[in-house]
Amino acid sequence: MKSLSVFLLLTLITTANAQSVAEEYEVRYHALIQELRCLVCQNQNIAESNAPLAVDLKEQVAEMLQDGRSDTEIKDYLLARYGDFVLYRPPFKPLTWILWLGPFVLLAFGLFLAWKLFSDSNVETEEKVDSDAVNQIMLKSKNMKNRIDQS
Amino acid sequence: MQARFLIPVIVVIGLLGILAIGLTLDPRKVPSPLIGKPAPVFALPKLYQPDQLLTNNDLKGQLALVNVWASWCVACREEHAQIERLSTEFKLRVIGLNYKDKPEDARRWLAQFGNPYSDIAVDEPGRVGIDWGVYGVPETFVIDANGVIRYKHIGPVTASDIETVILPLIAEIQRTDTK
Repeated sequence: MKSLSVFLLLTLITTANAQSVAEEYEVRYHALIQELRCLVCQNQNIAESNAPLAVDLKEQVAEMLQDGRSDTEIKDYLLARYGDFVLYRPPFKPLTWILWLGPFVLLAFGLFLAWKLFSDSNVETEEKVDSDAVNQIMLKSKNMKNRIDQS
Repeated sequence: MQARFLIPVIVVIGLLGILAIGLTLDPRKVPSPLIGKPAPVFALPKLYQPDQLLTNNDLKGQLALVNVWASWCVACREEHAQIERLSTEFKLRVIGLNYKDKPEDARRWLAQFGNPYSDIAVDEPGRVGIDWGVYGVPETFVIDANGVIRYKHIGPVTASDIETVILPLIAEIQRTDTK
């Protein structure tokens, strides 16, 4: 009786273990196929695509996961065959610097331009107009005050 | 004062220039990382002698073109006359890689249109195609006598592709290899 319960417990543990391994594969598999571009229908990842090549690549990824390959190994396998374009997040290297840094450079340039435009012209002229107006008002009020005083 | 109006104009012209260059590029032509590398290892049954294997070693010794094609591929029909010209008119060794196709369909297709290939390897599961980075048939590779991939053409080969790209490249390869 005791041995039976031990056996049951053991089988429970191992099946739970196998399940968690399968779940881990599943999670990694879905993460990978989300990130790999389908080269036939270029604006889809292979998870979304039903193109024959996408189906083959999904099979390949699943098999490599079962073989115990790491995510990096699987990505490198595809990079060696299809190039950086196969990854939706291409690696950061001199050839892709413009891709990764370009938007920030443009943003900085835009901010610089905006700052330059506002500090050069609008703010200064506004200030000038304001101070002129203030002076005029002050002058007028002074005149009025003088007139009141005189009368 | 004038510079303030000129700068945006210059920026816009620059952007338009970059976008114009972008329009002339074909996003379907993805540069292959295999250029300059030895042809991937493979061993596939031949279409007409299924008990014999065609391997990457068979590519060596003499310059070869590897043309990836399938009977279901419409653009392959379109380029067929040009592939035939490469083998008959220019006496080049053209090896066919029959990609994700049924051998009987492939044989029927060749019987109908003519067989320009000196040898044909059958890749029915498409695994060797993945190793070669194939993503859209037809694709044509230029392999030098050392078995190194020198060029990859994506899409159907046209007469102008042969004259302006493929033949000059082959002449260049043969000139440097014989030195």
